[in-house]
Amino acid sequence: MAQNPARPLSPHLQVYKWGPHMAASIFHRATGFVLATAGMLTLVWWLYAIAQGPEAYATFQSYAVSAGKEATGWQTASNWFFRLVALGVVWSFFQHFFSGLRHLFMDMGAGFELNANRTGAMIVFIAAATATGLVALLVASRFLGI
Amino acid sequence: MGNGTDIGRVRGLGSAKSGSKHWIDQRLSAIGNLLLTSWLVVSLLRLPNFEYDTVATWLAMPSVAVPMILMLISIFTHVRLGLQVLIEDYAHDDGNKLVLLALLNFYVIGTAAFGIFMVAKHGFVGVAGA
Repeated sequence: MAQNPARPLSPHLQVYKWGPHMAASIFHRATGFVLATAGMLTLVWWLYAIAQGPEAYATFQSYAVSAGKEATGWQTASNWFFRLVALGVVWSFFQHFFSGLRHLFMDMGAGFELNANRTGAMIVFIAAATATGLVALLVASRFLGI
Repeated sequence: MGNGTDIGRVRGLGSAKSGSKHWIDQRLSAIGNLLLTSWLVVSLLRLPNFEYDTVATWLAMPSVAVPMILMLISIFTHVRLGLQVLIEDYAHDDGNKLVLLALLNFYVIGTAAFGIFMVAKHGFVGVAGA
């Protein structure tokens, strides 16, 4: 289809000087993608495993969580891969959650002054990192015995 | 094609009133996600453990299965709208864009249907043979 190549397009990442505001924006998009793919596929796999019964649940656990003392090398590698994915998904969840909350406030027209906007963006990063750290500590102490 | 009239020049180029519906639906599903994922986090943290019997009993309760199904609907609605914008921003070729948007719809509707069916099946019949 004929298109004017000089038509305005969404600006890409490299045109911006990095700062809290634009970082919050691009991370909102990136974490949304992670949640939509890795996050939702893992959640649906977990729901499927519960619905299909103890064997399917044990399979899910042996790959995604821990295969126990008799783990094969392949399962141990898979466990650590999924733990990294889980950490990424949990952080993405809180980042997207707090960033989304900020967006809802901004949709009401609040928080557009330069300093308030910058502070809000920084609070999002700090809150997401803190919540992720708390969940990681909880899981490590309660379920993995690390 | 359509260089002669005003309507011909703008047809197919983007929002004519439906854009604001997309924007509002994205916010409404965001509020749904906010409430329902908060519920999920609290509900998961209140479980004593993640052994099979615990989570199977938990998921079969109407007070868990119903919000879980609502959450899947709200999240996948949000995913469909959100990733649509992402594709529209980065896929500049019309052919690629159409293919990616079709794949997005297959993914979202297929995964949502699968997840909702699994929760409903578990609530209605439990584990077959058990």
